[in-house]
Amino acid sequence: MSRYSVFSILKNGLRGNQGWEKAWGTPQPKPSYDVIIIGGGGHGLATAYYLAKIHGITNVAVIEKGWLGGGNAGRNTTIVRSNYFQEGNTAFYEKSLQLWEGLSQELNYNVMFSQRGHLNLFFTPGQRDSQARQYNTMRLNGIDGQMLSRDEVQKFVPHLNYGSDARLEILGGFFQPRAGTARHDAVNWGYARAASKLGVDIIQNCEVTGFIEKAGEVIGVETSQGEILADKIGMAVAGHTSVLAEKAGLGDLPIESHKLQAFVSEPLKPLLDTVVVYGAGHGHFYISQSDKGGMVFGGNIDAYNSYAQKGNLPIYSDVASCAMNVMPSLGRVKLLRQWAGIMDMSMDGSPFICKTDRKGVYLNAGWCYGGFKATPASGWCFAHTIANDEPHEINRLLTLNRFKYGRHIDESGSGPVPNRH
Amino acid sequence: MLRIDCPFCGKRDYDEFTYEGDASVVYPAIDNHDEEAWYRAVFLRKNPRGPHLEYWYHAQGCRMWLKVERDTLTHEIGKIEPAHDGYVKMVKASGAKKS
Repeated sequence: MSRYSVFSILKNGLRGNQGWEKAWGTPQPKPSYDVIIIGGGGHGLATAYYLAKIHGITNVAVIEKGWLGGGNAGRNTTIVRSNYFQEGNTAFYEKSLQLWEGLSQELNYNVMFSQRGHLNLFFTPGQRDSQARQYNTMRLNGIDGQMLSRDEVQKFVPHLNYGSDARLEILGGFFQPRAGTARHDAVNWGYARAASKLGVDIIQNCEVTGFIEKAGEVIGVETSQGEILADKIGMAVAGHTSVLAEKAGLGDLPIESHKLQAFVSEPLKPLLDTVVVYGAGHGHFYISQSDKGGMVFGGNIDAYNSYAQKGNLPIYSDVASCAMNVMPSLGRVKLLRQWAGIMDMSMDGSPFICKTDRKGVYLNAGWCYGGFKATPASGWCFAHTIANDEPHEINRLLTLNRFKYGRHIDESGSGPVPNRH
Repeated sequence: MLRIDCPFCGKRDYDEFTYEGDASVVYPAIDNHDEEAWYRAVFLRKNPRGPHLEYWYHAQGCRMWLKVERDTLTHEIGKIEPAHDGYVKMVKASGAKKS
């Protein structure tokens, strides 16, 4: 498989673009592999890539029931940041941001990572204090951040609502300069291409229907394309983790599935060159502008258990009113598309990258609605955990049984109520 | 829009209610010191893809807690009754006519 470069563009351009190879192979499943990764989203593909690249395990299959990136990898609002507070999250998300910074070069694929910054608005002295506390924690952890005054915010993003009639009067903002957005499909395709190049088999339209056991141990999976054996099996199917876990005999998990909607407007001329976010009471809102010009935004989850990838109307109105609170200039912009994805909402709002009670079965799950930014570090840590049969230092706290020992990683302090994280 | 047929108020849009989670969970008795039982009740969920029994609290209405059968894949709503047994008996006895 040839490298993408200026020369390959020139060469293929001059030859009528007939010479491009397929970005990844479409192999038939082999009877057995060293490692099977279930789930061909960003996390699964990144895991396969790092297994091959760092740990030299190339006899790997990624099994996807639909098509690559057809799940949450293609349904998120593409925001990347590492402004976390709790131990367990801080180092992990910072590792992820560092991997993002070199990802296009590493994969030889333009993931369009744009470090346009992430601006978290605050409206009350209480929120300001809480953001300052987070800012101090981040500084102690060596993560970048800045507190901005109202004037600085206004200079940076002049077209937010600073008027005296604003329902939420902006006091200032907490800014992470290294944060930004990336092109979500490109991340998937980039990892798929790079993994495929290292010998990983990517098998699409192949649904795992059950697990094969021998003497009480899991030795492979039953799929819609037949039985496939493996020494180790990693699950990266966030949204449907509980369904697959039941088939694997893992029992009940600290997860509920909820749906999160996202929205994109008709394309506009450049309007917003950073990510603007806020949370105020029950309001929650985040917005950025895609490179095609669409305003990409979202808010809260629908708040009840659901596996239906379709949203409900009250959240439309909720998110629209959140948008109007801070950016009334969007009032006449038409909505182009809306969709929903299914989230693993965990009991403390933090994820799992860990071993399970079953030998040779590994779990990557519980991403709530923060999975996209985690993609590189998630794959990196999951590959480490699978290859070494023990977690890396930075994912050692992301265990399934942390609730048993009171080691919650609860950023929002909401308690064991999944729809409040 | 989900519509929940409240036994006290009649059919209302779901955003009058707040969702209060899995109603099939049985909490241990308050004097039960078995940590494993509490761990399971507080933190672990079946999270089914299909029929689900759940609590909805009619915050913007009668402020009653309801037990609702709802399918998490189709969102189809089945049987609805008050969460508290005493109210179940009361509603049955009165043959309450809903608006």
